[in-house]
Amino acid sequence: MAPDILQFILYAVIVTALAWPLGFYLARVYEGGTTWLSPVLAPVERTLFTLAGVRPDQGQHWTRYALSVLAFSLGSWALLYAILRLQHLLPFNPQALGPLSPDLAFNTAVSFTTNTNWQAYGGETTMSYFSQMAGLTVQNFVSAGVGMAVCAAIIRGFFAREQKTLGNFWVDLTRSVLYVLLPLSIVLTLFLVWQGVPQNLMAYVSATTVEGAQQTISQGPAASQIAIKQLGTNGGGFWNANSSVPYENPTPLSNFIEMVAILLIPAAFCFMFGKMVRDMRQGAAIFATMGILFLGALVLTYSSEIGGNPAFAELPVEQSAGNMEGKEVRFGVGNSALWATATTAASNGSVNSMHDSFMPLGALAPMLLMQVGEVVFGGVGSGFYGMLSFVVLTVFLAGLMVGRTPEYLGKKIEAREVKLSVIAFLVMPLGVLGLGALAAVLPISLSSLQEAGPHGLSEIIYAYSSATGNNGSAFAGFGANVPYHNTMQGIAMLLGRFVYIVPMLAVAGSLAAKKSAPASSGTFPTHGPLFITLLVAVILILGGLTFFPALALGPIAEHVSMLSGETF
Amino acid sequence: MRKKPEISLLDWRVTGPALKVAFWKLNPRAMARNPVMFVTLVVAALSTLLFLRDLIVGGENVAVSGQIAAWLWFTVYFANVAEAMAEGRGKARADSLRATQSETPARKLASIDAPEPEMVSSRSLKPGDLVLVSVNDIVPADGEIVEGIASVDESAITGESAPVIREAGGDRSAVTGGTRVVSDWIKVRITSKPGESFLDRMIAMVEGAERQKTPNEIALNILLAGMTIIFLIVVVTLQPFVIYSGAFVPVVFLIALLVTLIPTTIGGLLSAIGIAGMDRLVKANVIAKSGRAVEAAGDVDVLLLDKTGTITFGARQADGFEPLPGVAAKDMTEAALLASLSDETPEGRSIVDFARKQLGRALDGTEQVAEAIPFSANTRISGADLKDGSQLRKGASDAVLRWCGIDPSPQLRALVESIAKSGGTPLLVARDKQVLGVIHLKDIVKPGIRERFAELRRMGVRTVMVTGDNPLTAAAIAAEAGVDDFLAEATPERKLELIRKEQAEGKLVAMCGDGSNDAPALAQADVGVAMNTGTPAAKEAGNLIDLDSDPTKLIEIVLVGKQLLISRGSLTTFSIANDVAKYFAILPALFVTAYPALDALNVMGLGSPASAILSAVIFNALIIIALIPLALRGVKYQPATAAVLLRRNLLIYGLGGLIVPFLGIKVIDLIVNAAGIV
Repeated sequence: MAPDILQFILYAVIVTALAWPLGFYLARVYEGGTTWLSPVLAPVERTLFTLAGVRPDQGQHWTRYALSVLAFSLGSWALLYAILRLQHLLPFNPQALGPLSPDLAFNTAVSFTTNTNWQAYGGETTMSYFSQMAGLTVQNFVSAGVGMAVCAAIIRGFFAREQKTLGNFWVDLTRSVLYVLLPLSIVLTLFLVWQGVPQNLMAYVSATTVEGAQQTISQGPAASQIAIKQLGTNGGGFWNANSSVPYENPTPLSNFIEMVAILLIPAAFCFMFGKMVRDMRQGAAIFATMGILFLGALVLTYSSEIGGNPAFAELPVEQSAGNMEGKEVRFGVGNSALWATATTAASNGSVNSMHDSFMPLGALAPMLLMQVGEVVFGGVGSGFYGMLSFVVLTVFLAGLMVGRTPEYLGKKIEAREVKLSVIAFLVMPLGVLGLGALAAVLPISLSSLQEAGPHGLSEIIYAYSSATGNNGSAFAGFGANVPYHNTMQGIAMLLGRFVYIVPMLAVAGSLAAKKSAPASSGTFPTHGPLFITLLVAVILILGGLTFFPALALGPIAEHVSMLSGETF
Repeated sequence: MRKKPEISLLDWRVTGPALKVAFWKLNPRAMARNPVMFVTLVVAALSTLLFLRDLIVGGENVAVSGQIAAWLWFTVYFANVAEAMAEGRGKARADSLRATQSETPARKLASIDAPEPEMVSSRSLKPGDLVLVSVNDIVPADGEIVEGIASVDESAITGESAPVIREAGGDRSAVTGGTRVVSDWIKVRITSKPGESFLDRMIAMVEGAERQKTPNEIALNILLAGMTIIFLIVVVTLQPFVIYSGAFVPVVFLIALLVTLIPTTIGGLLSAIGIAGMDRLVKANVIAKSGRAVEAAGDVDVLLLDKTGTITFGARQADGFEPLPGVAAKDMTEAALLASLSDETPEGRSIVDFARKQLGRALDGTEQVAEAIPFSANTRISGADLKDGSQLRKGASDAVLRWCGIDPSPQLRALVESIAKSGGTPLLVARDKQVLGVIHLKDIVKPGIRERFAELRRMGVRTVMVTGDNPLTAAAIAAEAGVDDFLAEATPERKLELIRKEQAEGKLVAMCGDGSNDAPALAQADVGVAMNTGTPAAKEAGNLIDLDSDPTKLIEIVLVGKQLLISRGSLTTFSIANDVAKYFAILPALFVTAYPALDALNVMGLGSPASAILSAVIFNALIIIALIPLALRGVKYQPATAAVLLRRNLLIYGLGGLIVPFLGIKVIDLIVNAAGIV
């Protein structure tokens, strides 16, 4: 246990230490300042803008910004859909894999353009190298870039004064990819190659095992896709079993660095926010809020897993290492619990262990992290603006309690902001509970379940939480690749992506137009422990409590039944 | 100011009718304005139908579903009682106001110098009509004096018994319908339409008839509606999840869960809080032209306060006698004393007091006076003709000089100017048309005002003193009064400029004013309090009108505004925090057939599933009744920094909201089980 805890501490320290300077760098990138990469990248950027006819200094009103986001996402989706449907006609397909079915192609295209990266397919048995590289990897970059751009625009709205525009989407998108995602990915790719991850375009290799059986060893351009899948909170693995496959995640060091990469950019957005609003305490407060919720989830998952399964207590099962079902022996409980927490806190979704095999409460924490709307670090950019919607409501409640029209960073939070935030709040209940309830009773859906009883419900809830939260992690055991779920999950992902983006951009547009009032002793501080506590409470009560009845019938029922010796 | 009588919470004259009115408020069309209570009403009706069906076809749980339905009706009814009580309290106040508004005869003039007025009813007067109001007449409608001067008894409106002077042309030219002229006569141009007088507006306001939702109330309503939708999704999707789990939940139990989860506590009390807030304002004798203004008052960052009357006593007080060369000090002091004996204004009395103190003995002086010349607003002079034949006069320098019929000597002019420059007011004393010297009247800072400003500072409100004084004097008084800043040599233009500057920095500015030249600034300010004595232009420009014409009222208005928001915020927090306990009461009861092991969630150890659900519903209804007094009174507000306030209110209403329902539901469950009603 001690080494595990030591590693958790080391993880927290390294993520914080890297996110802080990265946040400052991000602030410079989105404020249009020069960075140390500018000498190389600025000419590239200028050329791109000239070619595309983008005038970088031309700001966009929030409606125009939102339309640009929607247009770009629609275009991305159409392109990806076409690639997947036509992959048998396209190059780099040494395994001669066929085209994807319409519903799977729809689901996958939605999944990658919404930065969810839910995989209803098995990568190595479905995707050609062309689809992986030109289709999926491209979306890994640009869908992450869209989230980051939108977040930058929204943050501008929070500190702009009496302005009509939020920045230019095309500039923000280009800069996100060029200045942030590409350089970091190159570094991480090289590191992964060094650690032993394949990066080639060769056909799969056949080998004869010691037992004499034939085994096909798949390979391909993996390292580059894995780097961006972690950094861009994408999570879509090159291989079906994701980061538990030795080729994706060969060493303890690669495991640790990949985990750092999951949280790095989402955490950096907190500090970028502090820097951009000229008050680091504001960013630090949100970072602390996310950190507290993260720690709570980690403690719940880790303690559930390390304790092992009480049902095995009387059986001759060695459980000194905790609940090892579905976990890689080389990672153990500590690394698996930490990865599970990080990947569901951030909307990453890559896995190095099977969450389906976690203890009931161990799986509860990842579900909750997704259900609160992926705001505990969350997706790159999207996690932070999701958190801002909670901040708006918390400030509103707190503001009333001190007898003033609520203010955040000097901006009055009024009916319009509350209304838009409430719209965003409806997304998770609709996606998880609404679509989840349908899935729980429709016969067409139920055939996908592997387990009966409360665990089966957990599989449904997990799948729809993952899709609506744009996380993409899978609970395993859930047969997602059927037309019904492909379609409904696709709808959930669209809901979770755009019904957050548009209202939050509208909030930013509305705030940007407002005056900013200087703080006085009559405005309550939004950086102290009191505010952090209140924000945590609002997230748990408004975000978490909504799902309590469903969770009670899933993991909680499974847990209490297990304690009383009942199995399903 | 005479305080208006407090209406007790348990006053049967208010509570009795409220219990009745609450029934009529069950009208769905009226309820639709409040989404939370509307949903409650709909599901109460639905559960009643289900109960009747079960009664006829003999379903299970008839006893408990009947009781749940009944308590749901109580929940809606109690919320209506809260609103009706708040309105009833306003009505009681309105009735006493209406008593003064009875129809009166009016002397209508065809033109300003028409000789014979025509007798008409006050109801027939239109804006622009001219009326003559003489001694003992009731002013028939709101208007502006165009000719004449009179003292007016405004106690019907303000509660202040001393008559006030109203005259044409100045900043005190407005008269209010329902007040009574006690001396002289005035010609008044009517400014209000019938039914739109201040009194009418005030009555409409306290009755809540014209009440529009304030901006924060609208925002809160949206949040509450959003939460209602979310919990609707939670409850509607629960049945499929339960069906998946191999069980079925009676619909009436789902309804119970829904009503306990949606924020009925704040939803039920929201309009009562708003009406009670307006009522508090009326009690302070302030008319709000819009609810927005009241809320804005709670947000004010900068308070512009006129020095005179607000920070210092409206009346200046004698602070020194400056005899001219060749005049003995004692001589002048005695003359000042005797000349002021018949001056009943505060200035006059302060001169008498000061002179007596100077002379060091109790000089009565009245025995020397043959004929007293009382102070009048027209002459601005008071004095006495003494038995020895000499004539003493005291008053404003130009008035006294006119009486003397002379031009001032250079020495006198220098003296007068130096006093004026230091912020004081010079009054001249003359005997037999010869000026003896100058009385120095000075501003005296009101006691306790310094503490008031410190309080405001803690609340985050900056105070700025506005004065026509020169910067030196202004600085001295500002330091003495403890204001944060001052605007010296203020003109209406500079005042307007200052407001614009503060607003450009994103601050909300409040000010009060009475003169026509204040009107632009009053209109520009976010909260403009016009004095009722002020000109119609000022009253039109302001968004609040103070009937007492007391500029310190601004501070009280700020407090009322804050208290209104705090009451809403605190009860919302309480309402949301309640949900945790309700989940723990109802969920185990709902799921016990699907998974008996989930009884582990029954942390309160409630007797049976039926009693647990019923207890939660009963608690949910009773808490509304329990909080009505708090909603009507408003959450206690003590000026403090926002951080301190937030911590205190979070502890009381957040943490309290978590704990109280656990205890409450447990106690109700014990009673329900002991009574054996389920």
